[in-house]
Amino acid sequence: MSTTGGAPHTPDFPSDRLTRVSTSGQIDSGSTGKPRRATLREVIGEMPVLVKISALWLTLVVFGAIYAKLDSTVFNGALPLQDPNLQTNNFDVNTGAFGTGDPLESPSFTHFLGTDAIARDTFSRIVHGAWVSLIVAGVSASFGIIVGGFFGSLVGFVRGRTEAVVMAGIDVILAFPALILLLALVSIFEVRSLTLISLVIGVLSIPAYTRVARANSLAISNREFVLAARAIGTKSRTILFREVIPNVMPTLIAYAMVSAAFVIVVEGSLSFLGLSVQLPQSTWGNMINQARRDIKSNTAQVIWPSLALSVTVLSLNQVGDFFQRRGSNRDAAL
Amino acid sequence: MGRVLAARLARLVATLFAVTLLSFLLTSLLPGDPAVAVLGQDNIQNPELLAEVREELGLNDPIPVRYVKWLGDAVRFDLGESYINRGQEVSDTIKQRLPVTAQLAVMAIGIALVLAVPLGVIGAYKEGKWQDSTTSAAAQVALSVPNFITGIFLIWLFAVKLDLLPASNWNRISDKGLSANLKTAILPATALATTQMAIFSRLVRADMIATLKENYILSARAKGLGDRYILMRHALRPSSLSLMTIVGINFGALLGGTVVIETLFAVPGLGFRLINAINQRDILVIQGITVFVAVVYVVINTVVDLLYAVVDPRIRRG
Repeated sequence: MSTTGGAPHTPDFPSDRLTRVSTSGQIDSGSTGKPRRATLREVIGEMPVLVKISALWLTLVVFGAIYAKLDSTVFNGALPLQDPNLQTNNFDVNTGAFGTGDPLESPSFTHFLGTDAIARDTFSRIVHGAWVSLIVAGVSASFGIIVGGFFGSLVGFVRGRTEAVVMAGIDVILAFPALILLLALVSIFEVRSLTLISLVIGVLSIPAYTRVARANSLAISNREFVLAARAIGTKSRTILFREVIPNVMPTLIAYAMVSAAFVIVVEGSLSFLGLSVQLPQSTWGNMINQARRDIKSNTAQVIWPSLALSVTVLSLNQVGDFFQRRGSNRDAAL
Repeated sequence: MGRVLAARLARLVATLFAVTLLSFLLTSLLPGDPAVAVLGQDNIQNPELLAEVREELGLNDPIPVRYVKWLGDAVRFDLGESYINRGQEVSDTIKQRLPVTAQLAVMAIGIALVLAVPLGVIGAYKEGKWQDSTTSAAAQVALSVPNFITGIFLIWLFAVKLDLLPASNWNRISDKGLSANLKTAILPATALATTQMAIFSRLVRADMIATLKENYILSARAKGLGDRYILMRHALRPSSLSLMTIVGINFGALLGGTVVIETLFAVPGLGFRLINAINQRDILVIQGITVFVAVVYVVINTVVDLLYAVVDPRIRRG
């Protein structure tokens, strides 16, 4: 959905990395003749420390989000996590007493990150907010990889008029400033559910993925192994699905990480503006927006959701860059 | 050159068509009666007004006819009037607020460039050394922190802790003079600048590293020219070409991207007005600002593209 894709970074591929491929044993041109896929353990082993920490953080965020969602839907709050929307100082009808919580509490064992301005548990709200970011990023990445990846690979492979038409359409959508287009679309709907927000952002993500997929598909379609497949009379469809798309995927998945970082910021901005998922559902963006009003008396409540958002975005960028470098090594070895 | 120009202009026309059509469809995509939506909850009971809106929107015509009529008005910069704030012409709103947003965007790009060029040059000159890894890490972080978080941090530091600058609001140059204006503009502009700075400095660094490997740099060294002279005079100039491109494109993007920062700092620019309009469901204002920003963005991108072709002969021939 953006020409910038979060960070229009110019990937620099130092030439010394190319030589590292042959020694790192990713591509085993041994007796079987079939390239061996690196195991998860090997991939993690290749990661620099910072990337490892980033990957760990992302795993935590994903598990936290799923845990929170399970807690609030399947287990009805039975799992050990505070209710994100409970005002802990409220009058409780069942016990006939006021709650023991206070607004803007400091961190404690009951409230790991303290409480917000209306005495809700901040830690729980952050974990629940992660679910929104996860869904928005996940939907956008799936749309992008499946729809954008397929069409991009297809038009890069078949070329001709199909390519011209599809790419012209994509250029038009990318010609819109992303946030303005999103705001205009979101403004149409009065009720904004998580489904709606993630669908709109998801659809808007497709063009950028298509562009990335097409560029890679173009390069791969000119490689020797595709020519060889053609020469032995393989059907075009088989070449597309067996040769082109599998080789486009690694780059696309690396791009998905960087794009997810961008999408999470976009959702954060929408939430911050009060135009994303409806309250009381907590999102990192709306938590920041609520807490910034009290910044004179309490800075901690702004810091926690800001940290969660920034660290997640930074981690996605780190891991995405890592896979991009790794992918370019792989391309060189193909 | 002629062919490049013709192709680019053809694409510009096609894109403008699509962009205006999409913005136009905004009123037609609304569920229910567009006239009711345009009028808003408060004015629905007024039958005269309803008839007036129906007349202005031409709701009895088929969509293509309406589009052509609307486009004809829009070209003459008549974007209708707000029915939520009666009598307020959308084009007047834009005229009033564009200078504010443009000032923020220009200042943001300026601040970003002033910081990014030295950082990028240092990074390239000291490639692989600690100066390089420090500036690269800083750029990485600046890219990852959303600008509204940077903005809140700046407010906390300069308005709450140090009490040097106002946390929000805006002084117009015409009312309060330049220095009062700058006092309100510097924080939002800096918040916008950090991301841009990171993008620019990474670009300068990558470009400079490539340039420094060229033979003419070696020959300049052999002549005994000083490092600083080589960096600034010989190496920076060819690297500034792609920088100019990205500056142009990002300037266009900033016109739309100031929405969040304007809201945070209560700056009365286009973006802040857009958010107000969305909250009030003031459809014609949303439509007007959307189409205006999109058209400006598209035109700027085309101009940047063409300028690039003029400057770089390799593209001119292709």
